[in-house]
Amino acid sequence: MKPLIYCLALLAAPALAQQQPAPAAPPQQGQPLEVSVTGGVSAPMPIAIPAMPAAAVVDTPAGSTDALGRQLADIVANDLRNSGLFSPLSPGRLRPVAFGEVNTPQFDYWGGTGAQALVQGFVRANADGTLTVGCYLFDVFAKTELARQGFVVSPAEWRRAAHKCADAVYSRLTGEGPYFDSRIVYVSETGPKAKRVKRLAIMDQDGANHRFLTNGQSIVLTPRFAPNQQSIVYMSYLGKIPSIYVYDIGSGRQRLVVQNVATTFAPRFSPDGRWILFSQAQAGNTDLYRVPAGGGAPQRLTSSPGIDTGGSYSPDGSRIVFESDRSGGQQLYVMNADGSNQQRISFGGGRYATPVWSPRGDLIAFTRLSGDFRIGVMNASGGGEKILTNSWQDEGPSWSPNGRAITFFRSGRGGAGKADLWMVDLTGQVERRIPTPLDGSDPAWGPLRP
Amino acid sequence: MAKLNHLLLAATALVAVAGCAKKRPEQLPPPPGDAATAGEAQTGQTGPTDGVVRPGSNEDFKRSVQSNTVLFGVDLYDIDATARGILDDQAAYLARFPQVRITIEGHADERGTREYNLALGDRRANAAKNYLAAKGIDAGRMTTISYGKERPVALGSDEESWAQNRRAVTVVLN
Repeated sequence: MKPLIYCLALLAAPALAQQQPAPAAPPQQGQPLEVSVTGGVSAPMPIAIPAMPAAAVVDTPAGSTDALGRQLADIVANDLRNSGLFSPLSPGRLRPVAFGEVNTPQFDYWGGTGAQALVQGFVRANADGTLTVGCYLFDVFAKTELARQGFVVSPAEWRRAAHKCADAVYSRLTGEGPYFDSRIVYVSETGPKAKRVKRLAIMDQDGANHRFLTNGQSIVLTPRFAPNQQSIVYMSYLGKIPSIYVYDIGSGRQRLVVQNVATTFAPRFSPDGRWILFSQAQAGNTDLYRVPAGGGAPQRLTSSPGIDTGGSYSPDGSRIVFESDRSGGQQLYVMNADGSNQQRISFGGGRYATPVWSPRGDLIAFTRLSGDFRIGVMNASGGGEKILTNSWQDEGPSWSPNGRAITFFRSGRGGAGKADLWMVDLTGQVERRIPTPLDGSDPAWGPLRP
Repeated sequence: MAKLNHLLLAATALVAVAGCAKKRPEQLPPPPGDAATAGEAQTGQTGPTDGVVRPGSNEDFKRSVQSNTVLFGVDLYDIDATARGILDDQAAYLARFPQVRITIEGHADERGTREYNLALGDRRANAAKNYLAAKGIDAGRMTTISYGKERPVALGSDEESWAQNRRAVTVVLN
C-alpha cells in the first residue's frame, strides 16, 4: 500500500532559494536548547511559529496555498501548546516570512521577541496534485538550524504535514518520541442517560477530521485500534447479543470475532495484531481469553472464580496486565501471554481497574477507585504509584503513542452530567479537554501514523 | 378449590390495580425495600395498545408479579430475603405460563468501571436466573444479558439512585 504521506529529505529547500545558507556559526556557549518533559514547574519554552509562505499562491482542493500556510503554522502551534511544554508567541509578535528566507531566518528580529526556538516552513503545490510542506527548526540564540524535514501529502491529508512538523520540533527539543500525527477512536454519546445513544467515532488527536463510524442503533463500547490502524475492535449490543466485532475503517464492514456462546467484551489487539484478547462472562464468572484476530477457537487464559477482565498487552506482546477481584476488590495482576505466572502488582488502598501498558513498556496506567475515580500510573513491576488526575469520576486511560500523555474520560454527576474526553501528561500538571461534537467516553489513542 | 381460585384471581387483580395506581415518576427514589417501584425494563415489549393485556405477555407479567426487579447491595450479587420474595412470585407466574420465555437483564450503578460493571451485571442476572432455576423454572426458558452501567433507571448520582440501578430485571420475551 502506498503511504499517504512521506518524508522528503530537504537538502537545500526551499528549492527556489538560490544559494545554500552560509555555514552555521559555531554554537554559542551554554546549555543546548532542550525542554524537560519531567520537570515539575519549568515554564513552557517560548517558540515562534510564523505563517508558512507559499512558493506560489495556488488554489488546491485543500484551499489556496497561502491560506494553507497560515493554517499549517496554527496547527503546529496548537500541537506544541497542547503538550504543555511550549508557549507559542501570539500572532501580534510574529512577522511575515518571505519564501526566500524560510531557511535563513531574521535571527535578530526573532531574538527580540523572546522566542528561544523558531519554526519556519513553506507550502508548495506540486504538478501531480500533492502538496510539499517544508519544516525548519532553529535555535534563536545560537542562530543555528536544529532540524529540517519535508512532507509530501495529498490535499486531503494536509493537516498531517503540520502534525509531522510539530512532531519533528517536539522530538528534537524534548528527546521524546513523536505523538501529534495520531488519531483517537472513542464512543460519542448523546441523549438521556437512561437511553444513551452511543456511536463509534474517530478523529485526529487534536479533534480535527471527526467522523462517526456507527449509526447508534446499538450500544457500542470500548473501541481499540488494530496495530496497523486499518481496523478497530470494539464491543456492540447488535441484536441484543453483546459481542466483539472488528470494524474495517476502509470499507466500513463489521465482522463478528467470537460466535456468541456467552457475553464477550473488553477486546484488545495484541501488539503484533495476530490475537484479540477479550473477556467472556458466562454463568456469572468472567475470564480472559484470546482468539486469533482472523477468527478461530478461543483459548482460555485465566480460570479464577471471580471477574478477570480489562486485559492489556505489554508492548512486546509477551505479558498481559489485567484486573481481577479474586482477592475481594479489583486489583491489578500481570501474567505471561499464555496465562501462566499470574502475579498481583497493586497493593494500595481502594481498587485498581482498567490497566493499560505504556507503549514504552515502563509504566502501567490505571483507574483507581478510592472514593473518587482517578487516573494514575505505576511501574510495570508494581510500585512507584503516581495519581495524575483529581475529579469525581475519571476512567479508562489510554496512552499517547510516545507514552508521555494519557487520554481518559471524565463523567459529571447526575442526569445532566456530561462525559468528556481529556488528556493529561505524565507530570499530571498539563491537563486539558479534547473538544468533541457531542459527549465522549472510552477514548483509545492510536499508534503514530506511518 | 373453586373459592381458592376465585381468591387468587381477586388477589392478582388487586396487585395489578395497585401496580397501576402506584406508578410514580422515575426521578423519585423509592422508600427502601419498596421494590414495586423499581424501574421498568428498557427492552420489554408492551402489551397490545387497545388496553387488553394478553396473558403471558411482558405487560401481563409486570402487572401480575410483585416486581420484575430485584435489587443488590454495593458490588454484591446475592439474593437477599426481599429479592427471594420477588423471585418466588416471578417463579409462580412462570409456572403458570410454562410456554413463556424470559431474559434477565443485569445492571450496575455508575460507580464502577465500565468493563467490570459488565461482568458484575452478568453476575447479578445469573444470580436471579439460578434462583429461579432452583425454584423449578427450566434454565432453557431463561437467558441473561448484562448492561453494566449503560442503562440506569435512576439518573441521580446519589445513594438512592445507585441502589435502584443495582438490579436484575426479568423481561418476558414475546
